[in-house]
Amino acid sequence: MQFSDFHYFFWGVSLSALLSYLGRPAVSVLREMGRMTLFLLYAVWMLFRAPGKPIHILKQVKFIGAKSFFVIFLTAAFTGMVLGLQGYYTLTKTGTEGMLGSVVALSLIRELGPVLAALMVTGRAGSAITAEIGIMRITEQIDALETMALEPFKYLMSPKILAALVALPLLCSIFDVVGIAGGYLVGVKMMGVNPGAYLNGMEKSVEWKDVYSGLVKSFSFGLIISWVCCYKGFYTTRGAEGVSRSTTDAVVLSSILILIWDYFLTSIMM
Amino acid sequence: MIELIRLKKSFGKQLVLNDLNLKIPAGKITAVIGPSGEGKSVLLKHMIGLLKPDNGKVLVDGEDITWMGRRQLNRIRERFGMLFQGVALFDSMTVFENVAFPLEEKTRLSRDEIRERVHDALEHVGLKNVDDKYPDQLSGGMKKRVGLARALLLKPDIILFDEPTTGLDPIICNAMHRLIKETQERFGFTAVIVTHEVPSIFEICDYVAMLYQGRIQMRGTPAEIRETEDPVLRQFITGDLEGPLQFV
Repeated sequence: MQFSDFHYFFWGVSLSALLSYLGRPAVSVLREMGRMTLFLLYAVWMLFRAPGKPIHILKQVKFIGAKSFFVIFLTAAFTGMVLGLQGYYTLTKTGTEGMLGSVVALSLIRELGPVLAALMVTGRAGSAITAEIGIMRITEQIDALETMALEPFKYLMSPKILAALVALPLLCSIFDVVGIAGGYLVGVKMMGVNPGAYLNGMEKSVEWKDVYSGLVKSFSFGLIISWVCCYKGFYTTRGAEGVSRSTTDAVVLSSILILIWDYFLTSIMM
Repeated sequence: MIELIRLKKSFGKQLVLNDLNLKIPAGKITAVIGPSGEGKSVLLKHMIGLLKPDNGKVLVDGEDITWMGRRQLNRIRERFGMLFQGVALFDSMTVFENVAFPLEEKTRLSRDEIRERVHDALEHVGLKNVDDKYPDQLSGGMKKRVGLARALLLKPDIILFDEPTTGLDPIICNAMHRLIKETQERFGFTAVIVTHEVPSIFEICDYVAMLYQGRIQMRGTPAEIRETEDPVLRQFITGDLEGPLQFV
């Protein structure tokens, strides 16, 4: 073998192998992104064309919203209490503990309320949505709908997406109120911050645009959760293991997209 | 009539259907037989547009459904009923709700009319007092009957049966075959049955097609199939371990 042959062998094979190694997952990711985008566009189109029966939408609002109440209440209460403690600790260093109400309320309304409520709903309802649709896929129930010339989006996706769009802003509002109460409990009742200062500071610092931005965030998070979880369920393959994988993927991807989208929305609505 | 022309389908590197040609005559029962994993269910799903071929055409009464849009395809699908291998009953609904579902969604019948038609269909398949049961409370044979009742309800022109007797004992299996035959004679629909049940399926079908290595190895009447000298068919019918069919 001559040196040039060796060179070709060495670089030719290793470069093509390297390109294939890097290119294949990249193409796969791009294809998945394209498929997800098309799924979202079709789902939004179907929201207007075939939103599903009101009773189905209400059932989903109950499942995604009402049944998440307890977990949202607990998370919100302890988040508010931690904020009260941490805020008090930080603000006493500068002698501004009277600002505690503003700190707790703004943190919750602008940021923590929408994000934490969305993450909790992803874990509780999003995973269940993926598992339900995934099991319907692998047991051919979705195929059965199609063979009856019925639109699976009308029965499975649209009610869930609409319900998430309604439920998330409501849960976020509950999160904010309970969290502020938790902060009040710790800051005022335990640490001795003046109750008038807590409430007055909150009233002065919180503006309508803060509340609005929180609600817009939670509305968009509702779309992300329902989109990703329905998508992952709809394209489930390979039995029980497939359902397990789809469910995990749905929760992880929804959570990551929520945090990334939160950054962009915050930077836009500052 | 359903016509499959030069149908080709692969999943990854695995070629499942390879230039397959098959005609399903109208108003008759055609059984598609063949070893496990040969793509019989894949073939069936092409007939109703659940799967798209890589190449070739699927014609339903002369209309090419291969790349039809959703709306047009749904118009064709309204002529079909399908009984799935795992029955595919909606597990969150009761038996009554499952059978009534297509009527509620696709017709404007009153509640009483729907109730009457659901009970007629359930009675026709030999089921009574199961309205409020959920699919997981039924035996395998009962589930298949509920699936058949649901498939029959909109009086389709064509019914596709994907292994309708899998997992049933021989007596219920024969009862199911007889039920399919009686129902077909009563309603006159075109039936395509994917099955392993040889030779018992020969008693009820008008034609048999053997799928092997992605193609139709042979198509004929049950009598022709019984008398064939084709070694693949002979081995499949007799169940011999020795022969061209390889077992892993």
